[in-house]
Amino acid sequence: MIIEHIDAQLPAAVTDRHDFRGDQTIVVAKANLLALVDLLHREGFQFLVDITAVDWPERPNAEGAAAAGRFDVVYHWLNLASQERLRVKVPVADGETVPTLAGLFKTANWFEREVFDLFGICFEGHPNMKRLLTWDDFPGHALRKDFPLDGGDPFCMEGCTAPYNNGERARG
Amino acid sequence: MDSIAISRQQNSPATGPRSEGSTGSSSATRHASDGDHMIVNLGPSHPTTHGTLRIILELEGETILKATPEMGYLHRGVEKLGESLSYQQFIPLTDRLNYCSSIMNNVGYTCAVEKLLGIEIPKRAQQIRVLVSELARIADHIVCVGVNAVDIGAFTAFLYLFRQRETVYDLFEMAAGQRLHTSFTRIGGLFRDIPEGFVPLCERFLVECEASVDECERLLTHNPIWHDRTKGIGAISPEDAVNYGYSGPCLRAAGVPQDLRKAQPYLGYETYDFDIPVGTTGDVFDRYLVRMEEMRQSLRIIRQVLDRLEPGPVNVDDPKIALPPKEKVYTRMESLIHHFKLIMHGMEMPVGEVYSATEAANGELGFYIVSDGGKNPYRIRVRPPCLPIFSSFHDQVKGCLIADAVAVLGAMNIIAGELDR
Repeated sequence: MIIEHIDAQLPAAVTDRHDFRGDQTIVVAKANLLALVDLLHREGFQFLVDITAVDWPERPNAEGAAAAGRFDVVYHWLNLASQERLRVKVPVADGETVPTLAGLFKTANWFEREVFDLFGICFEGHPNMKRLLTWDDFPGHALRKDFPLDGGDPFCMEGCTAPYNNGERARG
Repeated sequence: MDSIAISRQQNSPATGPRSEGSTGSSSATRHASDGDHMIVNLGPSHPTTHGTLRIILELEGETILKATPEMGYLHRGVEKLGESLSYQQFIPLTDRLNYCSSIMNNVGYTCAVEKLLGIEIPKRAQQIRVLVSELARIADHIVCVGVNAVDIGAFTAFLYLFRQRETVYDLFEMAAGQRLHTSFTRIGGLFRDIPEGFVPLCERFLVECEASVDECERLLTHNPIWHDRTKGIGAISPEDAVNYGYSGPCLRAAGVPQDLRKAQPYLGYETYDFDIPVGTTGDVFDRYLVRMEEMRQSLRIIRQVLDRLEPGPVNVDDPKIALPPKEKVYTRMESLIHHFKLIMHGMEMPVGEVYSATEAANGELGFYIVSDGGKNPYRIRVRPPCLPIFSSFHDQVKGCLIADAVAVLGAMNIIAGELDR
């Protein structure tokens, strides 16, 4: 239902969508994020459940490309009145920043810090963009796929280049 | 108070707390002086933090001006580890999230994987999951309320309640073989059926726990000292609570009747008869009342589960998901092949992503799983309920006393294992 409202009020903002096991997902470009968030907030999606990210190192990492970029920043919203959930994904290239939502949702403050800590995605306008879980001079960002699983040598590492599992994930 | 390190202000600017080791020249306990400010370091190892977390309190006299929470001391990289483990192997890691009610984490995680697979588990497995979840909720609330009372100075209530928690852990030991790190659920069902003797002990627990909850309420609910220490402390408006991402008892204490067991039922919760207690002010006293009432409601649910528990299988009848029974593995070739395939190659997972949330004792425990069809999850994200709650700590204690900060921290029920993952 909310997706029709988004289509009506922000035409062409949604670049991709899918519905898997009842989870509605939309993909929006970074430029449209704030307008979309504003709309969601007015439509009753006032509970920002979660912010996280997913690393896709094989994807093209072109700055400014519409639906490309190495990372997906993933937001989960819940409408407390209708109990409708919505997942919003924003593709971001490595080194790009995302506008912060900390002004509208206080819960975004720490979630964005965590994403910054573990993925190295910066949030523009964040009041306190510091690491949350690891220490300030921790080398690298732990949840990136190229970060070694054993943690490498976090205390005297020369960059984090060691591939994990020879760059391949175990597959069935 | 002996583990609180107090140092007088120094004439150097405040720096990031984590940088103290690297820079050496300035430490977190120093602060630019204007007036009588003092920095008190609560934690990382302090009796009231219940886990390793650190709060840097900036005080003027005894009034808190600023509270800066510091976390990550228990960060084990659970989400990173999950990417290298099979779906089944991740279950023991979920035990270590909220270790006061580990069975609920098991249930939440396996529900997420089952949603990804698109399967429904047998009725008896659902009922037993509800049964152990509610037992775990009671155990978790006992820890939260009891320890909160101890922190504030009411030791007796803790002892009355902890006897019941022992019984809950005895029940878990009967069911899963483990008291704390249960790993009781499996994808598609349970590790095993509950043993003989579980139901009678559970019946006895229902009676005794009810009496203990009443006893505890007689000790605390109308106790004027308890009122003085808890009423109005940590009050929060429903709008702020939602904005901060509160969930669970803390959100309901603020007056928002959001409970996933009612709002988005899973495991057949819609068939049970129970109420959602809701507070008005969101302060420590309301959170206490909500937790006490939730324990009673959980007892009600357990009673209903015991009444309708019917014999039946506890795992899905699908050899591509659940392991076949051992005696068949030893006697039948088909079962042996299924066993081998499941252990060596894992399940066939669809490509896709799901977010599944359950109502854990602390609030909405969510698992976001991205699958690329491989044996391991491509990305697994745990949405811990207490992280957003803890992020409001500064707002909650600003202008209060240190003793109030301790009360608020206890009522938030911050579990460091879940907070830091």
